Amino acid sequence: MSLRVGLAVENGEAVPVGEVPELSNQEFRRVVIEACRRERRVSALFADSRETEGGGDLVELYAVLAEEDTGSLLLARTRIESDVFESLTPDCPQVHLFEREIAEQYGCVPRGHPWLKPVRFHAPYRRPASGGETGPGPVVGVMDYYRVEGDEVHEVAVGPVHAGIIEPGHFRFQCHGETVFHLEISLGYQHRGIERHLVGGPTPRTVHYMETLAGDTTLGHATAYCHAVEGLARIHAPAKAQFIRGIALELERLANHVGDLGALAGDVGYLPTASFCGRIRGDYLNMSALLCGNRFGRDLTRVGGVRFDIDDAVRESLLTRLDAAERDTASAVNLLWDASSVMSRFEDAGSIPENVAREIGLVGPAARASGLGRDVRTDFPKGVYRYSHVPMCTWSTGDVFARAYVRWLEIQNSIRFIREELQELPEGALQLNVSSLMPESIVVSLVEGWRGEICHVAITDEAGKFRRYKVVDPSFHNWSGLALALRGQEISDFPLCNKSFNLSYAGFDL
Amino acid sequence: MPFPDGPPPELPARFRGRPEIDAGLCRSGCTACAEACPTQAITGGESAQIDLGRCLFCSNCVEACPEGAISFTHDYRLAVRRREDLVFRAGQDTLPLAAALGAELRRLLGRSLKLRQVSAGGCNGCELDTNVLNTVGWDLGRFGVQFVASPRHADGLLITGAVSQNMKLALQKAYDAIPAPKIVIAVGACAIGGGPFIGHAEVNDGATDLLPIDLLIPGCPPHPLTILDGILRLLGRLDGEKGSATRDGT
Repeated sequence: MSLRVGLAVENGEAVPVGEVPELSNQEFRRVVIEACRRERRVSALFADSRETEGGGDLVELYAVLAEEDTGSLLLARTRIESDVFESLTPDCPQVHLFEREIAEQYGCVPRGHPWLKPVRFHAPYRRPASGGETGPGPVVGVMDYYRVEGDEVHEVAVGPVHAGIIEPGHFRFQCHGETVFHLEISLGYQHRGIERHLVGGPTPRTVHYMETLAGDTTLGHATAYCHAVEGLARIHAPAKAQFIRGIALELERLANHVGDLGALAGDVGYLPTASFCGRIRGDYLNMSALLCGNRFGRDLTRVGGVRFDIDDAVRESLLTRLDAAERDTASAVNLLWDASSVMSRFEDAGSIPENVAREIGLVGPAARASGLGRDVRTDFPKGVYRYSHVPMCTWSTGDVFARAYVRWLEIQNSIRFIREELQELPEGALQLNVSSLMPESIVVSLVEGWRGEICHVAITDEAGKFRRYKVVDPSFHNWSGLALALRGQEISDFPLCNKSFNLSYAGFDL
Repeated sequence: MPFPDGPPPELPARFRGRPEIDAGLCRSGCTACAEACPTQAITGGESAQIDLGRCLFCSNCVEACPEGAISFTHDYRLAVRRREDLVFRAGQDTLPLAAALGAELRRLLGRSLKLRQVSAGGCNGCELDTNVLNTVGWDLGRFGVQFVASPRHADGLLITGAVSQNMKLALQKAYDAIPAPKIVIAVGACAIGGGPFIGHAEVNDGATDLLPIDLLIPGCPPHPLTILDGILRLLGRLDGEKGSATRDGT
């Protein structure tokens, strides 16, 4: 039987939601599990509920399956009866958090889920089918943690308030001496209820939610949102706007990658690169500010295009600064690879082999560092990436070194890309007006943020307003990677391993 | 970096600092700016004003205003001591910028201020641009200001984020663990009033009703220069309006 039981769509292509085939629970399971066996993966798995005429509500599961080889996204849905469905997780581990999220948001139980715990610790979105009230959510951080028992086994608990200026999260280590047997990560402290408040949009506030889903990924999420809405409005942003979005997205990648390499150096006590990169990261942020006045790229991207132009003066200034930053970055970063004290800490630390990375569905530099060739810019290109290619960079060792080195390779490609785009910047309008959005439609929008694949799914109601807006930050896929990377490591390597992933709490907690 | 003895670092041409409103240009009954504002920070008309505690500095209002009555200047100095001082009215040309702490607190903290940072329900933008002050260029340490790992070692708290319900208890515990006398600094629109998440049941709309705030630094996120300016003002290390420093903290 063909695998293509779902509906194949392109990145950013809106279709009537009725065209998404409604499968039986069994068929839906089979499609998702088969896809993952065939080296495809789950970009999103989420629930949506709507009121029925009888006064009850109907809950459906939607799956978005990424087919890198064909460049298409496969959509399928199934109806959940009586708030219970058979868990996919035992056959398809990469959906374990998605199913926990569905249970938490919609009160639907994935029967047979091996690890059913809260994700963000909030009250459910709907009343259960069995009636009754939704009640308050669970108390944050209070759950049944995995524990290792035995003499000399001890538990280390960290957070939610951490030692540095970082976001809140709770980490539990099961240790034997220095060795970590298991790490469990419990988040939700940054939960702001964004997904729930996106329903009924777009409103004047919607794009600001996007820009603050994860502050360091302002452009990644805002661009994904703009592509989604433009798909629903059946328009394309002007060519110049697409170029500017691409340049801004790569500047965001540069600032974060350079910052991460500096922080990795800092975590092994190698101060030259740590100090240089701390400053050079600012140079890239200031290039974003040159574009739009804000170091994080706030207010640059808007539905229909961009708000700020790159005129000749901005272009010349960007090119000059880029040359200087490129030289500085190269001399700061290349110190790392020649320093044996750094390399001995980076190599073989926190390794994720390729098969594990595939099984848990890693994305972004973390996936590419484990040898997986996944990059939205190559696999599902949208906007300027349809015309200008950024080569994909992979490494095979899956350790801290690989995650650092892939970043360095990507830095070089991003600089090259920005320079090319600046030199080929087209003329023309910056922004188109958007009227109404297609009613009762669905669109999937993927963007390769600096952490990896950002997936937004919008479903509109009969008035063209968001009935459901699903956000999947790359961190949602990758936190499990950090937990597994720690197995068998020394606990003192946690900061280093953590920084090598550098995941978002805000983007996960939403 | 020569600042604060010398000039501040150059800000980009498109930087949006303190706004300016020319209410004389407002059409009567026009609500274009208010409708465009994502956080209900602005009201137009004769009594036009922007609450900078709610403002995201997105300039949607500038774009929406048919008369060009609103603009954002390059003035990066935005930190104040009282919440109500962030309400910026038409015709005002500066904010009532933060006055220094009293003599006793300045004696205790003016040359050595250890802060515990608590991130509580934001986007991580304010955290990142606070952290930037620790990089070599800004070098916050030269003012004796440091972020410390334990609240027990701290003289004060620097809060970012809208204070999610899930962080309320942790924030209170961190505050309680700091020995008195202690100060509290709220950085960013979220910590001051909820930011883009204002009105969500999932957050507390900032920390102002939870803890006694000594310094409010608006922005989404505020520029590192704005944060530094605020901290130095609080410590009495900027000489009034000129922005030049006094070395001995007097």
